[in-house]
Amino acid sequence: MPTVIKQTGFYLLVAFIVLFSVFPFYYAILTSLKSGTALFQVDYLPTHFDFGNYADLFATGVFPKNILNSVIVATVVVVISLFLAVTAAYALSRITFRGRTLLLLTILGVSMFPQIAVLAGLFEMIRAAGLYNTLFSLMFAYMIFTLPFTVWVLTTFMRDLPVEIEEAAIVDGAAPLTIVLKVFLPLMWPALVTTGLLAFIAAWNEFLFALTFVSNNETRTVPVAIALLSGASEQEIPWGTIMAASVIVTVPLIVLVLIFQRKIISGLTAGGVKG
Amino acid sequence: MAHLKLTNIKKSYGSVKVLHDINLDIRSGEFVVFVGPSGCGKSTLLRVIAGLEDITGGTFQIDGQVVNALTPKARGVAMVFQSYALYPHMTVYDNMAFGLRLDKGSSSSEVDRRVREAAAILQIEPYLDRLPKALSGGQRQRVAIGRAITRDPKVFLFDEPLSNLDAALRVATRIEIARLHERMADTTMIYVTHDQVEAMTLADRIVVLNSGHVEQVGSPMELYNDPDNLFVARFIGSPSMNILPARIEAAGAETAVVPEGGRRIVVPVPTPSGSSSSAAHLGVRPESLELVDEGQGLFTGRVTLVESLGEVTLVYIDIGRGDEPLVAKLPGEVRLARDSTVSLSVDVSALRLFDGSGRALRGDRAREPELMRNAG
Repeated sequence: MPTVIKQTGFYLLVAFIVLFSVFPFYYAILTSLKSGTALFQVDYLPTHFDFGNYADLFATGVFPKNILNSVIVATVVVVISLFLAVTAAYALSRITFRGRTLLLLTILGVSMFPQIAVLAGLFEMIRAAGLYNTLFSLMFAYMIFTLPFTVWVLTTFMRDLPVEIEEAAIVDGAAPLTIVLKVFLPLMWPALVTTGLLAFIAAWNEFLFALTFVSNNETRTVPVAIALLSGASEQEIPWGTIMAASVIVTVPLIVLVLIFQRKIISGLTAGGVKG
Repeated sequence: MAHLKLTNIKKSYGSVKVLHDINLDIRSGEFVVFVGPSGCGKSTLLRVIAGLEDITGGTFQIDGQVVNALTPKARGVAMVFQSYALYPHMTVYDNMAFGLRLDKGSSSSEVDRRVREAAAILQIEPYLDRLPKALSGGQRQRVAIGRAITRDPKVFLFDEPLSNLDAALRVATRIEIARLHERMADTTMIYVTHDQVEAMTLADRIVVLNSGHVEQVGSPMELYNDPDNLFVARFIGSPSMNILPARIEAAGAETAVVPEGGRRIVVPVPTPSGSSSSAAHLGVRPESLELVDEGQGLFTGRVTLVESLGEVTLVYIDIGRGDEPLVAKLPGEVRLARDSTVSLSVDVSALRLFDGSGRALRGDRAREPELMRNAG
């Protein structure tokens, strides 16, 4: 086959994939900029630039609070899960103890349950702990799905770090916590950034727990807030505002990925040991 | 000052025994090299001494104090790893200062002084601000050595530090380590290698290990001239000693033996009178063989291969022992045609005799003088 056809085919495929993944978001942006009856016209190119929907969102008062709630919950979840995962990963990857594999498999197993299966039990726990209708309930609940994968990814990553570097630190007189914080942590940036971002996204977008454990508009996180946005009347679904809200909550994720993409590089351990 | 005493040291992983009753006495300031084939336990023994492996049994003392349960730092050891094991995210300076900074006691000016001192010794001052990945293999190994020096250890451990370097750099670094040992005369150094040139050139004493046992401990020349057993005889020297099955014909103050593929010869080694006609082994170093007129020598055979190395020529001679040729190392360039017949002779004092179980037969023969032993 001539190179031209190969290349054209390749770029056509790329264009198709990009279009396929970006179109829904693009259409959301288009819709968020429309108002009134224009919402119900199908346009593929931007025709209206009306920021009224965005203004409406911030005028209602509760939505900024919802964003703040989401930021708090997602950040706390990321920080706590990374801390627990790094310390757990050290134990699981570097210390031999009875039942280590079983523990790892259990951690993985926990993450396989569908959310709906644990919902009732979790609800009871949260009620008993007096966390119902607070952000703590969400932070606690989100750990259930962020911890398994952060622990797994970091354990795998830490297992691949050269043992000699750790031994050199031991000979230098470093205690386990010093080794983790001063030697391993700086080497684990790529893994930390990747798992941290995934945990953040998962917590940011979570809907079911957020809907169940919080009943108060002031305490809601954005996914639920968006779903419960209501229009002027019962019959009206405020598509314009919903799309504007969706765009707003997606932007922080994109910004985070752009900031940290430089950190998501491999080969950070190059030069430490032979290779 | 550190005098190391290992008494009946055992190490096993589950049911697998790696070290069996190791007894060693290492004097303060001595340079001891552990050699042995892969899997003989030499690295494990070093790690046991370092404190990176638990001791399964026996006691390990440094200056009379039992240190079995102490951390590497409390033992006062520093170690240079085969793979350098530098901290990749730290500059050379920070790598060397890391251990010192963990000591709450040392001030930053003290840390700085010691890092710069070590850097000066190893000539790595220009690289202090670089990351390890910007250094060559030889430079990285110097940094690793420097990191160990700054700690001013009592015991300095090297785990095959040169095996990742190319040949030229290996020689240069070897000489540097020898200099370092002179400079740090009070520091006990233990060095693991499988390279016998490193062992012979660096060591005050060599410990030959084989499958978790100590085969022999001695100065390089003792091991070369007077191996305790067949294992050491074969292991030290390159190409290794020719070992020929032999039969003792007449025991006594001198021993008459007939080696396989050779003629009867009288060796100046006494053997107990009862050992006549018993099996033994005759050891002949390739370098002690010399060409003689045909039919005159101890061995006569057909040349199968000639390897000219310039300074020496290795000649492989079929003396009727199947796949095991006799190897002779002859000085200079020797022109011999393949399939030609040669005769080789040897000074009887260079012959070594081993009994059927592989132990050296020495009788009362005085040991060779220890030419190489340092006053330690």
